[in-house]
Amino acid sequence: MTSAGSARPAAPRAGLRELLRSPRRRARVIRGVQYAVLVAALVAIALVADWGEIRRAFLDPEVAAAQFPDVLTVALVNTVVYTLLGFTFGLALGLVLALMRLSSVAPYRWLATIYIEFFRGLPALLVFIAIGNGIPLAFGVFLNRYVVVTLALGLVGAAYIGETIRAGIQAVPRGQVEAARSLGMSAGRATLTIVIPQAFRIILPPLTNELIMLTKDSSLAYLLGATIAERELAQFGRAALNDYRSLTPVLVAGLCYLIITVPLGFVVRRLESRTARSR
Amino acid sequence: MSASGTSSSLEAPGASRGEDDAVVVLDGLVKRFGETEVLTGIDLEVRRGEVVCVIGPSGSGKSTLLRCVNLLEEPSGGRVVVRGTDVTDPDCDIDAVRRHVGMVFQSFNLFPHLTVLENCTVAQRKVAKIGKAEADERARANLERVGLGERGDAYPAELSGGQQQRVAIARALSMEPDLMLFDEPTSALDPELVGDVLEVMRDLADEGMTMLVVTHEMEFARQVADRVVFMDGGVVVEEGPPSQVIGAPREARTRDFLDRVLNPTHER
Repeated sequence: MTSAGSARPAAPRAGLRELLRSPRRRARVIRGVQYAVLVAALVAIALVADWGEIRRAFLDPEVAAAQFPDVLTVALVNTVVYTLLGFTFGLALGLVLALMRLSSVAPYRWLATIYIEFFRGLPALLVFIAIGNGIPLAFGVFLNRYVVVTLALGLVGAAYIGETIRAGIQAVPRGQVEAARSLGMSAGRATLTIVIPQAFRIILPPLTNELIMLTKDSSLAYLLGATIAERELAQFGRAALNDYRSLTPVLVAGLCYLIITVPLGFVVRRLESRTARSR
Repeated sequence: MSASGTSSSLEAPGASRGEDDAVVVLDGLVKRFGETEVLTGIDLEVRRGEVVCVIGPSGSGKSTLLRCVNLLEEPSGGRVVVRGTDVTDPDCDIDAVRRHVGMVFQSFNLFPHLTVLENCTVAQRKVAKIGKAEADERARANLERVGLGERGDAYPAELSGGQQQRVAIARALSMEPDLMLFDEPTSALDPELVGDVLEVMRDLADEGMTMLVVTHEMEFARQVADRVVFMDGGVVVEEGPPSQVIGAPREARTRDFLDRVLNPTHER
């Protein structure tokens, strides 16, 4: 019986069905097909696309050169300033919200939950409209541009950041608090010295995501109108689009966002590996 | 060395023992978790300089008892008096009491974001408000004491379990406590690392530290304890010198437990 099985005659030809019987061979065939589709798509695009037209619309070197240095010295700087203002306020308010969510006083928990559910559910655009246009119209007060951006970005950001910080605090093991309390630390001292520093290490990656989201949301400041010196990246790109009738400035502005966000991710990964020793 | 002496001769130094001599007094301690009564009226006293080991099967309430002493668990009834302060009194400043009561946990609970030295100084600095130089010096001395004088700059994650537990002991000692609580300090360690930790604890006992130790290390209890308390089902079943409780237990439940612990593979 066994000898009959092992003495199976060699297959005369490896037919397709024979080839697909082994899972490993099947995987190899599927991978080959995927490469073939990719190459075919690239070839088709290269043949069909009108490269001259694309270059004129997106990659006009003269138009691109004309955007400098203002796209960096004005627009990029404004985007960074708006983002940092919103993030700083959002972080402070988010920390308060997180501590409220974890409070032993029930009404604080309710208030924080209501706030978070409210602002997390609203489009940032609507908040910008409400604060930038609504408040001045309704109350007849003039709000400084930076105040509006700080409030609008911060109020929305705080809802997300608050939830992130709460999750981070809850991820610190109970034993850490017990150890701190057993050394005579008060509850507040233990939270400040032991829990929050550890929580911030845990939430560094999601917090970076919030920062990147706020960077992009800062483009909503275009709603407020702007003098030339107040333009941030999106608005800068939009204005130049009108001036040059070319998509190139938009592409340049887009690349400037990446100048902010890509190094940010890099820095955070560095920070994480630096603190790896201490977890 | 205390290990060589019999337990009865060890009791001699504490000649006069009044109420002031008791570091811990449990008086009818009751602890309930919901419907379950985990501790049903425990009476226990730990006197100054005494080493008391609490043994018993898992779920017998011995860890809960220990955690009631520094109020990591809130007692449901009875009184807990630590260093003359009734910690069950709602007006008592529990943080002040805890400053003088060191605790060592089964899972070490070192602060992972601080170096070994900082683990030993953080409470001194932030709670006792001691200056950096003095705190560092005290921490170094205690790390030296547990045989880790060289590792002050390491982070906890870079140490073995046994080393981490010794740092945890040094951390507790850095607050200069006059009572140390140990909650199964060697249960989470690999067998070959247990000895170093027990050695440190034995030295502490020899230096006269008052210790309340929940443990499964029968040999340690036999050699180091002045008194052994056997708990089962939330009550103290038997209590006395190790020669009696471990050597010649009177209660059937104690005998049964010791039989299981000391001869785990033997056939009944």
